Amino acid sequence: MSQYASSVQDPPKSIGLAPTFEAIQVVRSPAPQSKLKAILLAIVVVCFNAVGNLSLAWGMKHISDVGVNPIGYVHAMLNPFVACGIVLLVLWLLTRMALMSWADLSFVLPLMAIGYIVAAILGRFVLHEQVGLPQWFGTFLIFGGSVLVGTTHHRSGE
Amino acid sequence: MTEFHEVTKWLLLSVIVISTVLGDLLQSYEMKRSGAQKVTARGLGRLLRIIASRKFLLLSIFCMAISFFAFMALLQKEPLSFAVPASAATFVCETILARFVLNETVGKRRTAGALLVLGGVVLLSR
Repeated sequence: MSQYASSVQDPPKSIGLAPTFEAIQVVRSPAPQSKLKAILLAIVVVCFNAVGNLSLAWGMKHISDVGVNPIGYVHAMLNPFVACGIVLLVLWLLTRMALMSWADLSFVLPLMAIGYIVAAILGRFVLHEQVGLPQWFGTFLIFGGSVLVGTTHHRSGE
Repeated sequence: MTEFHEVTKWLLLSVIVISTVLGDLLQSYEMKRSGAQKVTARGLGRLLRIIASRKFLLLSIFCMAISFFAFMALLQKEPLSFAVPASAATFVCETILARFVLNETVGKRRTAGALLVLGGVVLLSR
């Protein structure tokens, strides 16, 4: 364990992707990210997803029927809202992958549920949908659960 | 005809759950192996290259795509609230598999938090 810790202090300059066990250990050890950073990135990931979906849905709603032919899809992508939505969802995928490299899956998942809260708030105040008492209680539970999970250590085995 | 409809509905639901769970597990496994990635513009470019070089990551993104299209197909026939068992089942399966397959430490507090979130997700979609 001690020589493992010392490799954290002195990460090698260039990292190959050689698939040996030793190489994997070396690649894994440099610069583990702090929990606060992981939580902040989780919020960024959730926002990319929520705003990306909203933009995509908004754009699709204002396009005449796309149909099943590929030309319809290409035409749809020329819509600025659709294009913006696609870019945001690609960013969502990449930042989510980075987050997975920082923290446990069982730590990330409950935090991702904050997305439901964002969706409820966007639904209420942007799309003017009805959000009832059970729904607000649900968002409260999700928030409480996420805070509880946020107090646990974000990375097993360190 | 209604029986056929019923079968397709549950089939789609299982496809969504299985592909989401598989995709997330593969992604978490590969990303932990690749070390902490940066979220700068350069880091994101590097992530694109990592996707291209890792079979499991490509498979994971393929699974996410299947899950997405199955979800769209389900929404054409069913109201949004029917999709809730899918997200709830995914959430439970992934947490259990993270503990036993990815060997993550899932203590009392994390379990309690996950259960609260699960309750919230179910309530939210009533």
